[in-house]
Amino acid sequence: MGLFYHVGQYFLLMVRVFKKPEKNSIYIRQLILEIEKLGINSIGIVAVISVFMGGIITLQLTYNMVNPLMPTYIIGLGNRDTLILEFSSTVLSLMLAGKVGSNIASELGSMRITEQIDSMEIMGINSASYLILPKIIAVVFISPFLFIISVFCGLVGGLITGPLSGAVTIATYLTGITTLFVPFYVSFSIIKTLVFGFLIASVPAYMGYFVQGGALEVGRASTKAVVNTSILILFFDLVLTQLLFK
Amino acid sequence: MIEIKNICKSFEGRDVLKDISAVFQKGKTNLIIGQSGSGKTVLLKSVVGLFDIDEGEILFDGRNTLIMDFQEQKLLRQEIGMVFQNGALFDSLTVEENVRFPMDMFTTRTMKEKVMRLNFCLDRVNIKDSNHLYPSEISGGMRKRVAIARAIALNPKYLFCDEPNSGLDPVTSILIDALIKEITAEFDITTIINTHDMNSVMEIGDNILFISEGQKCWEGNSSQIFNTRNKKLNAFVFASPFSKKFREIKQMEEDE
Repeated sequence: MGLFYHVGQYFLLMVRVFKKPEKNSIYIRQLILEIEKLGINSIGIVAVISVFMGGIITLQLTYNMVNPLMPTYIIGLGNRDTLILEFSSTVLSLMLAGKVGSNIASELGSMRITEQIDSMEIMGINSASYLILPKIIAVVFISPFLFIISVFCGLVGGLITGPLSGAVTIATYLTGITTLFVPFYVSFSIIKTLVFGFLIASVPAYMGYFVQGGALEVGRASTKAVVNTSILILFFDLVLTQLLFK
Repeated sequence: MIEIKNICKSFEGRDVLKDISAVFQKGKTNLIIGQSGSGKTVLLKSVVGLFDIDEGEILFDGRNTLIMDFQEQKLLRQEIGMVFQNGALFDSLTVEENVRFPMDMFTTRTMKEKVMRLNFCLDRVNIKDSNHLYPSEISGGMRKRVAIARAIALNPKYLFCDEPNSGLDPVTSILIDALIKEITAEFDITTIINTHDMNSVMEIGDNILFISEGQKCWEGNSSQIFNTRNKKLNAFVFASPFSKKFREIKQMEEDE
């Protein structure tokens, strides 16, 4: 089916998702569960990956950027700006599209093929809103926090790796990460993570919600969800960078 | 009472339901029978509103679902209970939470009242000491019974069951059939059951609608079904050697 069909279907689903909830207390309970499941449970992997990436970026900067004409604090500065501008927003969102996106698509897909979604509809519940809205809010809400955690862990990774490799001293590294700081970079990246958070939850939810068939189709939907979300994240990264830096 | 008039439904140009009309009586177990692929599930899902029909009318106690607005449809759905083929219990909720779910969503009852009602429903379907188990931790028969408990939690006026006996052993099937029949009579519900289980047909078939290739072929009750001259129905009912033997014995008894 064509691209326009899916785009139309996606927006129609979003209209249903953002309708007034049946009972706020149930939705809030569901939201807290989703924040824990999709957000809090991702902190560990985000931290581990960010520490390693911070270390790797530091080493790459050391081996490729540093020369006698450049100050060594550029290692810390480069690591900080790389983390803030791209890694902790875009790359981390790509990773979350894999972890959280596939989780959402397969969960909703399984619910669809086992008629759990139909049974909600028969009860008179807006299943799209009940199942998807808390996930979208949870991921959008938690994304900026994951971004901040990622930047912090990445800087710590650089702080460990830089002095250990002998490339930079702790003092120089700390000077680097506090030099020429542009607060707008953080605002820019938080705006990006909010948009990416919406995509990470809503696109896989669309893929999973309309699954037809069996387990094989759920697997396919999950894969498609990750691929499409990743492409959309990169597309919106391009658009937002152009718009916000203009 | 549910009345369906001249229902037609097609998928991608293929006619699945062709001009089906029937009346499903209140307080009785109304069965829809037919071979796999005959259109039973599509008919049931069309009646409950999961599929939009192409033509025809569906009346719930005279209320036409096609001219209802969104709010009216929502209220009607709260009068409907449905038991799906595999139970369709919510995996992430325990047995207790599953049965309480419709009450949590649509009532303002206190927790104590909800617990009383859920215990009543679980007792009614003979589920004991399993309140805190998850659907994956209970047997298929129990899952069906929990699904029935959830379906009756809000005192529905209409109960729909899609092949409630599929995948169950004969003893459990009989228990489920008996339970549905008892509940139907006890709460005066209009019950519609999709089945191809001949034991169900014999035991609980107050009113039976036989459909074949999307068309209504026969209507009657469990005592009439064995004396019909309808060839398609006979081919369906007496497909197994066991039922053929049963018919021979019945004919011998009648001859004597």
